[in-house]
Amino acid sequence: MSGDPYLEVTDLSVRFPTSDGLVQAVNGLTYSVELGKTLGIVGESGSGKSVSSMAVLGLHDPKAARIEGSIKVGGTEVVGLAEDKMRSLRGNSVAMIFQDALAALHPFYKIGAQLGEAYQVHHPKASKKEARKRSIEMLERVGIPQPDRRVDDYPHQFSGGMRQRAMIAMGLINDPSLLIADEPTTALDVTVQAQILDLLQDLQREFNSAIVIITHDLGVVAEMADDVLVMYGGRCVEYGACKEILTHPEMPYTWGLLSSVPDVTGDPNARMIPIPGNPPSLLDPPPGCAFHPRCVHSSKVPGDLCATTLPELTVGARQGHLKRCHLVDSETIYATEVLPEVAPDLAIHLAEENR
Amino acid sequence: MFSFLVKRLLSGAMIVVLVSMMVFLLFFYGPKSPALELCRRDTHGRCGETSPRLEQYEERLGYNNPVYSEYGKWAKGLVQDRTIYIGSTGYKCEAPCLGLSYRDRTLVTDQLKERFPITLSLAVGASLLYLMIGVPIGVLAARRRGSFADKALVSSTLVFSSIPYYLVALLSMLLLTLSTHVFPTVAYHPFLDNPFKWFSGFLLVWLVMGLYGATAYTRYSRGSMVEVLNEDYVRTAKAKGLKDRVVVIRHALRSALVPVVTIFGLDVAFLLSGTVFTEQIFDLDGIGKWGLEATYIKDLPVVQATALVLAVAVVMANIIVDIVYSVLDPRVRLS
Repeated sequence: MSGDPYLEVTDLSVRFPTSDGLVQAVNGLTYSVELGKTLGIVGESGSGKSVSSMAVLGLHDPKAARIEGSIKVGGTEVVGLAEDKMRSLRGNSVAMIFQDALAALHPFYKIGAQLGEAYQVHHPKASKKEARKRSIEMLERVGIPQPDRRVDDYPHQFSGGMRQRAMIAMGLINDPSLLIADEPTTALDVTVQAQILDLLQDLQREFNSAIVIITHDLGVVAEMADDVLVMYGGRCVEYGACKEILTHPEMPYTWGLLSSVPDVTGDPNARMIPIPGNPPSLLDPPPGCAFHPRCVHSSKVPGDLCATTLPELTVGARQGHLKRCHLVDSETIYATEVLPEVAPDLAIHLAEENR
Repeated sequence: MFSFLVKRLLSGAMIVVLVSMMVFLLFFYGPKSPALELCRRDTHGRCGETSPRLEQYEERLGYNNPVYSEYGKWAKGLVQDRTIYIGSTGYKCEAPCLGLSYRDRTLVTDQLKERFPITLSLAVGASLLYLMIGVPIGVLAARRRGSFADKALVSSTLVFSSIPYYLVALLSMLLLTLSTHVFPTVAYHPFLDNPFKWFSGFLLVWLVMGLYGATAYTRYSRGSMVEVLNEDYVRTAKAKGLKDRVVVIRHALRSALVPVVTIFGLDVAFLLSGTVFTEQIFDLDGIGKWGLEATYIKDLPVVQATALVLAVAVVMANIIVDIVYSVLDPRVRLS
């Protein structure tokens, strides 16, 4: 790792007071991303992935959300930052692209108008003409054919993939140093997904920006991320280098995520194993480890530690790899119990390697 | 666009024709003869179902002729001058002729020309206030959704609009013009004669109608705005770094107005066809009061004229609403 992190999140908590009680959407989250690097945040719906990223842009209603901890963007503390200063960051040095581009682009305005608006708000001296020129440039850059004509189209006249490209063009129009992509490929066909991910990688190389990619798709993470952060019930449960997490996961929830990915090229006898149970309630989280009611390995932990004590996020069996789990010999359990079930060929391969 | 207009105007004309036919049918085959009504009035009640006088009245008003020939005469009068005979007296009626009022034998067309500006003035002023008061308050409440101000606004509009309109109108006239002179006396002065007098004469009526009607618009626009503020594209607009005001007005309000426009179009149409309570209470001789009085005495030509005004207004309002839709939302194609 080199250089200072561009985005530094420390002990971030986001809570929403509601009439039913306090919803603890994000709890004690810590991570950092450097320029030119990509962090993948993985987790199921309601695990706090999007909520934590919206906090980076200050998009939560200050009256509805209680945000604690620290978020530093390029050295600037964002938590508690005045609204007008926050606004000059948004869409400028930090940009966000959203999941469903059809819903996220305004249906009543032309693509060019929406891109131009994003440019002009941070370049108040730029004329309409310059903004339009810049929009066409960006559309061309993200691979929209005939950008000088398509700039006058409405979002509904674009295909799904083109809309997401336009969305990316809008996010990158002010050369942001940090790009947060919230499930950028979820609403797209698989072939288009791959194109969009390639595009994001190309652009990252070109602009050297830091990317946070939020997804529930481990395939996307494997393709894009340098680091991976797995979230469960508003907390980080495993955090480390992408290769490390995907090959030597130590937390049963991550095992569950890996086991539930269908593998078309792998062993046809491999099983796809869903994670039993439901995500935890954020209003009334279970005591101890939030995952223990769904965890099939909690019986291997002595006593009822899993049900009473929240495990700390600590360095696991391997360096540079943080896990939040009471299991001591998680590496062995993964290699002997989990892997043979989901990927028998890989398990044999790993066993030989270890011998 | 052009073919849309032609199509819609043609189908609109059909509707207007059908409405006028229905009115004729109602009068000819309705439960009570219009002639009887008029005969009773003229003779102070000494006219019954069997009295020979009724015969004369029916003959005179044309109810002895088949309905299609009477309708034909009436319809022809719209494009051609005609002379209407009542007994031996002939009344010249220039095209577009809408007939002769049974009550005082005045020309309906002339009456309409005299009364319509009053109703038009009321409608324009009131509907502008609906939007100018209702929409901004609704937007304000939506932005502060759940706050004390929001709850206070919503509940006060509910309380205000649950008081019967005639009570509000009557009390404000009594308290604000008759007993205290806070507002200038309500009266109609033609706009072209003296715009200032026209304005001051309508001021109170507009405020009463506008404030009362605006309560509904506050609720429509609040509901619609609350929905739109939760849309993804509003979040996108915020994420671009746009100012709150720009997000709300340029990105949210334009979408939130779409459902409001529909209701507004119909409301204007009904305002144009007369505001019965308002005209009655403030003693303004508009379409509404005229139509109401005509219905009492079964004054066919007048009822026909007011029905036509309503039909034309509703048809036009619908066409205009569709055009406004297509301007607001580019996904809507006029075809």
